Amino acid sequence: MIDVDVHLQRKTFCLNASFTAGAGITALFGPSGSGKSTLLALIAGLVRPTRGRIAVDGRTLVDTERKVWVPKHKRRIGIVFQDAQLFPHMTVGQNLNFGRWFAPGGKRIVSQSSVVDVLGISHLTDRRPPSLSGGERQRVALARALLSGPEILLLDEPLASLDAGRREEILPLIERMRDEFRIPMLYVTHDASEVNKLASQAVVLENGQIVWKGRPGSLHSRPELLPDAKPLFHKS
Amino acid sequence: MSLRIACLATAFCLPVAMAFAYLLARYQFPGKALVDAVLHLPLVLPPVVTGYVLLLAFGKRGPIGSFLFDTFGINLSFRWTGAALACAVMGFPLMLRAIRLSFESVDQRLEAAAGTLGANGVWAFFLVTLPLALPGVLAGVVLCFAKALGEFGATITFVSNIPGETRTISAAIYSYTQVPGGDEAAIRLMLVSTAIALAAMVVSEALNRRMQRRVAVFES
Repeated sequence: MIDVDVHLQRKTFCLNASFTAGAGITALFGPSGSGKSTLLALIAGLVRPTRGRIAVDGRTLVDTERKVWVPKHKRRIGIVFQDAQLFPHMTVGQNLNFGRWFAPGGKRIVSQSSVVDVLGISHLTDRRPPSLSGGERQRVALARALLSGPEILLLDEPLASLDAGRREEILPLIERMRDEFRIPMLYVTHDASEVNKLASQAVVLENGQIVWKGRPGSLHSRPELLPDAKPLFHKS
Repeated sequence: MSLRIACLATAFCLPVAMAFAYLLARYQFPGKALVDAVLHLPLVLPPVVTGYVLLLAFGKRGPIGSFLFDTFGINLSFRWTGAALACAVMGFPLMLRAIRLSFESVDQRLEAAAGTLGANGVWAFFLVTLPLALPGVLAGVVLCFAKALGEFGATITFVSNIPGETRTISAAIYSYTQVPGGDEAAIRLMLVSTAIALAAMVVSEALNRRMQRRVAVFES
């Protein structure tokens, strides 16, 4: 359960978001520049909000009024970036161990072998990130985030830098992660088909404002939200 | 003698340069441009001026020098440790520059990733930033070492040119050229110092290229 109510003021951009996300996958959906990724950065603790609060399972991570600020390394929020951000000087195995190493003992909810199995990366352990394909990198990044024992997982357009074939390969894996590891996920995308396939809840953003919240199935009854959100294949 | 001085100077410089390099590469603060300028001052100031400033500050009667002598019994002026200090100050900007550039070339999003995986700032620095920046840091060490070996102006002003105590290669060459029949020895030392400087430049360039490759591979 994640509770977000934040306001961020930048020179040319203003973000206002208030929503609650429960179990399963919540899609943050909207065109490039709508503030989806910034919202994830706020939750992960990479950016400070101008004001507002964020809480996960009742644990307050930020509260500007009560001056609460939990630094990113203590939030236990996993994040998978669009371009994986694996550590290039470590092997895949060392990348996986990196998160596990810092995960507090009792909080290792998922076992390494099950993660490696589900994501099909056992044969990559000794390889180095620069030698991996885009799809492989993304799978390793998913595994690395899972192994750090996060309470929620943030996925920032994990499929956007992959071609259609690779996307088809990763999408079912994310579904399996959702079903087997039962970690709530926030999934940022600008692709309506991903929203329909994965999410149990959708939040639609435009220009930093939430314009719609609800079940993804009923998104089709609001076609005016969709044309803007055609798949765009560049970084948002 | 030169080697000992240069080693001490480099060893002393390294942690300080890393701290300032990280500060300048990662943080914005008021007066940053001024700090940057002051740190690079020894690069453009006449070495004699730097040496004289050191002599005034660290000499036995200088404010810092007298404090060190009274409290710890450390005397820097006209000692080889003083020569090391002069070399360190002169080599510092070169090292700072190399290390700072290497820190800046490390993607901050990698540090962010390390943070979200549970690594605090110190761990992220030693496990991610430093290993990735290592070739650049080594390049800085090599440059600083070479500069320290050849330092002349600041050293001779601060600690003079005492054979066996503060006489560096450069000071030795200078002395030989001042005496009749010293040419042979001077040329010998000149070749030695040229070789060292050349080797340092080659090594530091090679490390720089390696650094760029490391970073480039990752961006592809």
